[in-house]
Amino acid sequence: MNHIERFLPRRHLTSVSSPSATPAQANSSGRPNPDDTPAIAVEDLCKKYRSHWAVDDVNFIVPKGWTVGLLGGNGAGKTTTIAMIMGLVVPSFGRAMVLGHDMATERHKVLSRMNFESPYVALPGRLTVRQNLTVFGRLYGVANLKTRIEELIEDFELGDVLDRVTGRLSAGQKTRVAVVKALINDPDVLLLDEPTASLDPDRAEWVRGRLRAYQKRRGATILLSSHNMTEVEQLCDFVVIMSHGRVVAMGRPQELAERFKCRDLDEVFIYLARVA
Amino acid sequence: MGSSLNRIAAMTARYYYILRSSWLRLLEIVYWPAMQMLVWGFLYTYLYDSKSAMASTAGLLLGAVLLWDVLFRGQLGFTFTFLEEIWSRNLANLMMSPLQPFELAASLMLMSLIRLVIGTLPVLLLTWLLFGFNVYAMGPGLIVFFLNLVLTSWAIGLVVAGLVIRQGFGAESLAYSIMIVLLPLCCVYYPVAALPLWLHPVAWSLTPTYVFEGMRAVLLDGTFRADLMLECLALNAVYLAIGFSTFVALLQSARHKGGLLTMGE
Repeated sequence: MNHIERFLPRRHLTSVSSPSATPAQANSSGRPNPDDTPAIAVEDLCKKYRSHWAVDDVNFIVPKGWTVGLLGGNGAGKTTTIAMIMGLVVPSFGRAMVLGHDMATERHKVLSRMNFESPYVALPGRLTVRQNLTVFGRLYGVANLKTRIEELIEDFELGDVLDRVTGRLSAGQKTRVAVVKALINDPDVLLLDEPTASLDPDRAEWVRGRLRAYQKRRGATILLSSHNMTEVEQLCDFVVIMSHGRVVAMGRPQELAERFKCRDLDEVFIYLARVA
Repeated sequence: MGSSLNRIAAMTARYYYILRSSWLRLLEIVYWPAMQMLVWGFLYTYLYDSKSAMASTAGLLLGAVLLWDVLFRGQLGFTFTFLEEIWSRNLANLMMSPLQPFELAASLMLMSLIRLVIGTLPVLLLTWLLFGFNVYAMGPGLIVFFLNLVLTSWAIGLVVAGLVIRQGFGAESLAYSIMIVLLPLCCVYYPVAALPLWLHPVAWSLTPTYVFEGMRAVLLDGTFRADLMLECLALNAVYLAIGFSTFVALLQSARHKGGLLTMGE
């Protein structure tokens, strides 16, 4: 079994996409994958709400150290898929594994090694940034917490708001603080839902740079949901596109553009949103 | 165990930060019990001075009000501290962290106790200074009464928190209303004997009934009913276990239903 067969989607995807590179080749750092246990494995994942299938038979695997984009229009099933990967939603069928653990039943074994950021979730607005980061650092059992907070605050240039109440920060500052919270425990697996949605283009690019640097330094795995195709092209080794709860395409950004005869991922997204 | 305590301490610190972030919040904790105590305190003074048959029961009334408030505020403190997580859209952050349900429950209990002490102590002082009613006349039994009522308030708080997680904001009003159901049944202001016979088993299945009967025994007869308090403690242990199991079951059910991520939206 080669890397492609082992790591990439098994079912509908193979018929839609035929990636030409192996994960090892695609890994920009050239690092070999330390073992075969994927960071994230989504197997036959389904979620039914009443009569509606929010997620319908989704399969994909994210090797360790990869950054994978999960794309799709509104209601495509991305958030439900991410929620199942986080273990916040139990699948109706199939399973979501993180670092070899089923998130429906064994999530407590792996929660300290992962973290997330989502626009659906906020940090308590009445607490200062320092208080919030201290609370979450302690929840995650971060060693040398004070130093860790100082490092992140310096890295994300949040020193001037450290002792300000989180609820009174600008939307962009809140987003940066949320990203800092997501990195507080040096996670092996990071789930990011629209991480730069409320940032201006300059600051968004800057945050992407920080995320890239973190990924490179830590060898972390990132699953990223975004509507910003430029961001996805810049950050992601691989892209999974969903529509109506199903995966309709996956591959490397450039590959997808070539396969669908589009100029870029933006056009691919629009094309698939209309035909899928 | 150490990391578990650390997480409980982290959550308690988080709630403490909220509490101290606003003096209005602190004031609110004292305000309602104090206002209520003023009303009942003046009634107590009126009855006490009236030299009527009611005069002997005036102390009972005030004692009942004080203890009922412990139960009511204990539950409110637990539930409102939990609701902070929903209102601030922070629940998913907590659910995604290594925090275990029993650690969350323990921190909520601790915070409920802190809020109770903040709210109750000034009121007790006020009652003594303004109306000359010394709650310590109940003797060491007071501690057992307090403990039993607090345990009951936590058991109820756990169920309400679970229902809010499962049902969302629709269940939020339970935080205020659920205790009112208990008021007529757990014989706060009258003995169990005042209820119709068919309601007696219901009353004795409720732990506050034991406390209020115990209080009346102390204030009227000067006897501490240890038997009642032991039964009450045993029943509370059962209710607390049921409360926590219900909380975990409803949390699990919410994971099936979905919506934990977007709760508070």
